[in-house]
Amino acid sequence: MSKLTIIRPKKTLSIEDLKELWKYKELLYFFTWRDLKVRYKQTVIGVGWAIFQPFVTMVVFSIFFGKLLNTPSDGVPYPIFVFTGLLFWQFFSGALSETSSVLIGNQAIISKVYFPRLILPLSSVVTKVIDFLIAGAILLMMMVYYGYTPGISALFIMPLLLLITFLLSVGGGLFLASINVKYRDVKYALPFFIQILLFLTPVIYPASIVGKFSWLLAINPMTGVIQASRAVLLGTTPLNWITLGASFFISFLIMFIGVLYFKKVERYSIDIL
Amino acid sequence: MDYVIEVKNLGKKYNIKHHSGGYVTLREIITNALKNPLRFLKKKTKEIIGIDTKEEFWALREFNFNVEKGEVIGIIGPNGAGKSTLLKILTGITPPTEGEVRIKGKVASLLEVGTGFHPELTGRENIFLNGAILGMTRKEISQKFNQIVEFSGIEKFIDTPVKHYSSGMHVRLAFSVAAHMEPDILLIDEVLAVGDAEFQEKCLGKMEEVTKGAGRTILFVSHNMGVIQNLCTKTILIEKGKITAMGETGEVVHQYLYKNQGSIAVSEYKIDISKEVQISKISVIGKTDIPQSRIPISDSFFIKVEFEVFRPVKNTSISVLFYSQGERLLFSSDFDKTLKLKDYEPGKYVSTLHVPSYLFNVGDFYFDVFIGEPSIVGYDSKRNIPLEILNTNNPRSPILRGVSVGKIAIILNFDIERLV
Repeated sequence: MSKLTIIRPKKTLSIEDLKELWKYKELLYFFTWRDLKVRYKQTVIGVGWAIFQPFVTMVVFSIFFGKLLNTPSDGVPYPIFVFTGLLFWQFFSGALSETSSVLIGNQAIISKVYFPRLILPLSSVVTKVIDFLIAGAILLMMMVYYGYTPGISALFIMPLLLLITFLLSVGGGLFLASINVKYRDVKYALPFFIQILLFLTPVIYPASIVGKFSWLLAINPMTGVIQASRAVLLGTTPLNWITLGASFFISFLIMFIGVLYFKKVERYSIDIL
Repeated sequence: MDYVIEVKNLGKKYNIKHHSGGYVTLREIITNALKNPLRFLKKKTKEIIGIDTKEEFWALREFNFNVEKGEVIGIIGPNGAGKSTLLKILTGITPPTEGEVRIKGKVASLLEVGTGFHPELTGRENIFLNGAILGMTRKEISQKFNQIVEFSGIEKFIDTPVKHYSSGMHVRLAFSVAAHMEPDILLIDEVLAVGDAEFQEKCLGKMEEVTKGAGRTILFVSHNMGVIQNLCTKTILIEKGKITAMGETGEVVHQYLYKNQGSIAVSEYKIDISKEVQISKISVIGKTDIPQSRIPISDSFFIKVEFEVFRPVKNTSISVLFYSQGERLLFSSDFDKTLKLKDYEPGKYVSTLHVPSYLFNVGDFYFDVFIGEPSIVGYDSKRNIPLEILNTNNPRSPILRGVSVGKIAIILNFDIERLV
């Protein structure tokens, strides 16, 4: 017997959505595959770009912030210190800006075929995971070069940190993608917003620099992630379970709000695209 | 009874702001809020507590119908009646506001031909991507891959990026993928105006195969009454978001063509005596002497312009300008064959323009009416009066399998003599 589809007015969020998402997992794969294929075809240096971008950023930051400004780095060499931060930061900011335009960018498809719209932003974040892994490989080499051996806990903590950043990017990205449909000028404000966030996150400096106000930074979930990654990989500070827990909680909350808002806008987004 | 599609009390409401205005910018909202904070706050509070009278309209309301397996259903109605909205709901692109639809089986629509093609990817890669977007699994695509390529006829270029394809090749490949989906229910909107003649022939053949093939259910939206009458057993007539007739195709098409057209075919205007001349009524009259805004291509018809003259005017002409959809002026017609301008004394007049059959081709047209002294003064004008030419009793249809191209359909004579 052929399958039965029931079309009803859209509710905000239900368990059906998750089932449906699972049913369309192959499409998630195809969208990710498309993005990767196109990117590495279009760019002359291909995979090189994924290596080049974080590496050059690290070199420039090391020269200006590390050497010339003597930014403290919790006692580890500045290049490896800043690269650990950049690893997560570039994943987060890249995913955020990519996801924010995903509905508008795929307008032609959305207005013609049905599939769970969540697939699109998810696939852009998954695409960024690949870049993350490539940058991660560079970090491994740098650790070998500087002679750092991560503790065994890194094996468990790093995937957890990736998960937190993933949730946060999906949540923030969904939220931005939704308001971007409604207000098309959001995309102009976004680069500025991301740049400000970079300075509000301890990427180029250690959280300790802020002194007794460092708890303020901890509201930013990326703070917990970056600090924890430095703790387990470089042993800068002991792992702070409380900030890590807070990061996880806030990221989860942001993801939840993002999904809810996205589902709400999804109902009429197609009519205004 | 075993239905493949059950539609119950279906409705779709659009917010006019959403529907027509598209997006707003945050900048606009912020500027508005800063310029006039009080009004902004008032509006917001009203919106929040829900007493704001939002402009909304129902594109569809109270739709109830069932489709049995293997039925071919025609969907007809004037532009903007809600036909496309219905298809969009059935494909799941836009959710309904109320009611529900139960569908058994896989739905495909020819709306989606070529959806998601990426110019940088090769033909081969695009087949997989497009197939996946259309809901095929990787296994299904691999199995049908050779058939798809063969049908499209572009084997040679299958590993070339699609950006190097001609638009014809692009369409061929896209249609091939769509044609091999093998859906249980196929939704078709309008005619396929794609590809070259040879390929269209192939597509139509494929469509016929699909239609006759094992119990496939088809919903077919078209303005082409000829095709509807040929293909569909049952037809649904949609007008202003409601189903106004449903049943045997012949009857429904007849109702669409000849009933309830008075309101569109006759436009009456308020009299304003400050003008010298005022158009009071414009009507389109079919061959049966009743107002009719949808005219079969084989019928001649009349355009009646009633006007009142309040002060004597000289050298006046009445002209009708015909436009095709998209504001393209086709031609203008002055009423008098003698091409002389006329003087009018105060009083009421009616002027009748006789439009021959086979002047306009099948499609939507508009006309404007002007009264005035040419290039000196315009007394009155009325614009955008709709007119639809229908493909009924079209002698060309069986020959050309559809409609001939162009906006004008005058039948000219070829004198062919054998020379050698």
